[in-house]
Amino acid sequence: MSHEAVLHGHDDHSHEHHDTFLTKYVFSQDHKMIAKQFLITGMVWAVLGGLMSVLFRLQLGYPEASFPWLESLLGKWAKGGQITPEAYYALVTTHGTVLVFFVLTAGLSGTFANFLIPLQIGARDMASPFMNMLSYWFFFAASIVMLSSMFVETGPFSGGWTAYPPLSALGDASPGSKSGMDLWIIAMALFVVSSLLGGLNYIATILNMRTKGMSMTRLPLTIWALFFTAVLGVLSFPVLLSGLILLIFDRNFGTSFYLSDIFVNGVGALSNEGGSAILYQHLFWFLGHPEVYIILLPAMGMVSEIMSINSRKPIFGYMAMLGSLFSIAVLAFLVWAHHMFVTGLNPFLGSVFVLLTLLIAVPSAIKVFNWLTTLWRGNIRFTPAMLFAIGFVSLFISGGLTGIWLGNAALDIHLHDTYFVIAHFHIVMGVASMFGMFAGVYHWFPKMYGRHLNNSLGYIHFWITMAGAYLIFWPMHYEGLAGMPRRYFDFSIWESFKQFAELNRFISTVSMIVFATQLLFLMNFFYSIFKGRRVTTKNPWLANTLEWTTPINPGHGNWPGEIPEVHRWPYDYSKDGVDFIPQDVPVGADETSH
Amino acid sequence: MSTTTTASPTEAKSWGGGKSPFNAEYGKVMMWYFLMSDAFTFGAFLISYGTVRFSTNGWPDPNAVFKSFPFAPEGVNAPLVFVSVMTFILIVSSVTMVLAVQAGKNMDKQGVVRNMILTIIGGIAFLSCQAWEWNHLFHEGAWWGANPFLNADGTASSTNFTNFFFTITGFHGFHVFSGVVINIIMLIMTLMDKFEQRGHYLMIEKAGLYWHFVDLVWVFVFTIFYLL
Repeated sequence: MSHEAVLHGHDDHSHEHHDTFLTKYVFSQDHKMIAKQFLITGMVWAVLGGLMSVLFRLQLGYPEASFPWLESLLGKWAKGGQITPEAYYALVTTHGTVLVFFVLTAGLSGTFANFLIPLQIGARDMASPFMNMLSYWFFFAASIVMLSSMFVETGPFSGGWTAYPPLSALGDASPGSKSGMDLWIIAMALFVVSSLLGGLNYIATILNMRTKGMSMTRLPLTIWALFFTAVLGVLSFPVLLSGLILLIFDRNFGTSFYLSDIFVNGVGALSNEGGSAILYQHLFWFLGHPEVYIILLPAMGMVSEIMSINSRKPIFGYMAMLGSLFSIAVLAFLVWAHHMFVTGLNPFLGSVFVLLTLLIAVPSAIKVFNWLTTLWRGNIRFTPAMLFAIGFVSLFISGGLTGIWLGNAALDIHLHDTYFVIAHFHIVMGVASMFGMFAGVYHWFPKMYGRHLNNSLGYIHFWITMAGAYLIFWPMHYEGLAGMPRRYFDFSIWESFKQFAELNRFISTVSMIVFATQLLFLMNFFYSIFKGRRVTTKNPWLANTLEWTTPINPGHGNWPGEIPEVHRWPYDYSKDGVDFIPQDVPVGADETSH
Repeated sequence: MSTTTTASPTEAKSWGGGKSPFNAEYGKVMMWYFLMSDAFTFGAFLISYGTVRFSTNGWPDPNAVFKSFPFAPEGVNAPLVFVSVMTFILIVSSVTMVLAVQAGKNMDKQGVVRNMILTIIGGIAFLSCQAWEWNHLFHEGAWWGANPFLNADGTASSTNFTNFFFTITGFHGFHVFSGVVINIIMLIMTLMDKFEQRGHYLMIEKAGLYWHFVDLVWVFVFTIFYLL
C-alpha cells in the first residue's frame, strides 16, 4: 500500500488558483482568509456585546434617570427612557453568551489557530481546508441564529449565560424563556459543531503537518497553547451538547431530566418528578470550566511569543511553560464543581474540588514567573503588542489572586454571586484574554494585511484600556465584599447598597470611555487595512518563527517555493551576540547550545 | 542543542516533523479525536442517566419491560431475547466491517463490496429492530413523559425510565443511521472505483472506526438499560 503517498498527498497546494470573489473572500478555503473572517465576525460581536454592557451599566449607574434616546433605540424594552427589568436581564445574559463564546472562543482561537498554526509549523494550509471553511460557516450560522433571537417578540433568553433550569427549561418561567431560549439552544448547538470541526482540524494539523525538523519541542509556545485549547474544546463542548439535548427534551417533550416537583412563580406547581436541576449545572460546568482555559490558553501562548520577541531574549523555561500548559489543561477538567459550592454539594467533595482548584495556582505561578523572568534585563521594545502582553500578565496576576479566594469553598459561600466574582472573572479571563487578543492583532496585523497599524493610536488605546480595566473592575471587589449581589436590576432600594451609588456611576462612566476607546481601535484597524503604512521587509519584528519567512502578502499555500526546513527552536534571541536567528537557519559548527 | 538531545533517536525520527508521527494520515487522526469527543457526548448522557436513576426510589425490572418478540403470540414471556438478537446483529455487522477493511488492505474490491453490503444490511436490520421495539413500547403507552411500567417492587415508576431510554437509544440509533449512510456512500465510492484510483482503501478504514465505535457504545447502552 502506498502509505507515503497518502500522508503527503496534501503538499501540492501551492499552484495558483483562479479565484473569484466568492471563492476568495466568502467560501474561502485559505486558512488566512478564514482567520480574518473569524476575526471580523468576532469584532462585530465584540462591539455588540460591549454595547450591551454599556447599556446595562447605564441602568446600574443611573437607576433613576430617564434617557429618551434609549426608547427610540430599544423601543418597548426601554419604555419611558428606562431599560425594563426584562431587557436588563436579556442584556446581561446576551452580553455573557456573546463575549464568552462568540468573541473570546470563536473570535480568539478561531482567528489565531487558523492564522498561526499552518504559518508557524510550516504547512501549506490546514489538514482539511474544506472542514475549516465549514467550521467558519457553522459559526456564522450560529451567529445569525443568536442575533435573530434578539428580535423575537418575547426577547432573547434572559436567565443568565449559564442557562440554568428551571428558567431555561420552562417556557412560561419568564419572557426570555420562550422562543428566545429555543434559538439560544440552536445557536449554541451550531456553535459546538463549529468548534468541533475547527478543533479536530487544529489537532490533526499540528500533529501531522509539521515541516521537516519541526519536532514538538521546537514548536512555538503559541502552537502548544492552541493545541491544548483545541483538545479542551473537542472534549468539553460535546458534554454541553448532551446537556442542551436533554434541555430541549425538557422544554418540548414533557420529560423531567432537570425538573422535579417544585413550585415556580408564574407557572405553578410542576407535575414533573425525579429530575435534578443540579445535573444540568454539572453538565454545563464540565464544559464551563475548561471553557475558561479555552479562552485563556491562546492568549497565554501569544503573550509568551510576543514577550520573547520584544524582550530580545529566549522565553524563560520553555519546558516549564509547556508543562504548565499541560497541567492547566488536565486540571481544567477536574475543578468544575467549584462553580457549585452553594448548590448543597457534599462538603467533603467540595474540599476535594478546593484542593484541585488551588492546585491550578501552581502552573499559573510558574507561567507568571517565567514571563517576568523573560522580561528581566531584556532589551525591551515597547510596541503596542508588547504593552498589551505586559498588561495581560498584570491582569492575570491581579485576577488570579482573587481566584485563590474564590477557590476556597469557605470564602466562596459568602462571595458567591456577588460583584467580587464579577470582578474576578472579568479581570482574569475576560479582560486579560481580550488583552491577549489585542496583543495578537497588533503583532500579527502586518502578516495579515501587509500593513502596519498606527502606533500612536495603539498607545492611546492601550493606556486608556489598561487604566479603564482596573478602574472598572477594581472597585467591584469592594462592592462584592460588602455583599452586593450580581444580576440585580436596581440597588437603589437597599439602604446598605446606597453607599455604592456614586461608585456605580463612576464605574459606568469609565466603562463608556473604555468602550469609546475600542471604537478608536476599530477605526485604526479598518483604516490600516487599506491605508496603513506598508510593510517593507518580510520580518518587521525581527522574529524567529516561520510565518516571517513567507512573502509579505503570502498567497494560498504560504510559501512560493519549498517549505523551509527547521533547524532550531524558535527562541534563539541574543544568542552568541547575534540579535536573532530564525528557525530555518542551520546550526553553525561553532554555535553554543542554548 | 538541548531540545533535540532530550529526544531519543527514534522519537526524533517519528516526531521530528515532515511526516505523521503516528504513520496515520490526518483523516484518521481526526476520526480518533472525533470518536473521543463523541465518547464524551455519550458519557455525559450515560452518567446523567446513572445520576438520576440512583437518586430515584425504585426502577422497572428490564426483564418485565423488554419481554416481547415480533410475531410471537400476545403475552409471550421472552425476556431480553429480542434485544439479544439485535445486539448479535450489530456485532456481526462489526465482523463484516472488519472483513471489508481487511479486503481493502489487500486491494480486493470484490471483498470490500461484498462485506460492505453485508454491513449495511446488518445496520438496517438493527435499525428495523429498534423501530419495531420503539413502536411496540409506544403501543404499550411508553413515550417521552409517559411510563406505563411499574417499579420492580410494584410501586409507580418515574417517567425518567422512558425519558432516558428513548433519548439515549434514539441518540444511538441516530448514530447507527449516520453510520449506514456513511457506509452506503463508501459502497458507492468503491463501486465507482474511487479507491482503486487513489490506490488505497483508507476511507473504508475510517468508516470502520466509526462503525466499531457505534457498536461499542451499544454494548454500554445494552448493559445499563437492559441488564442492570
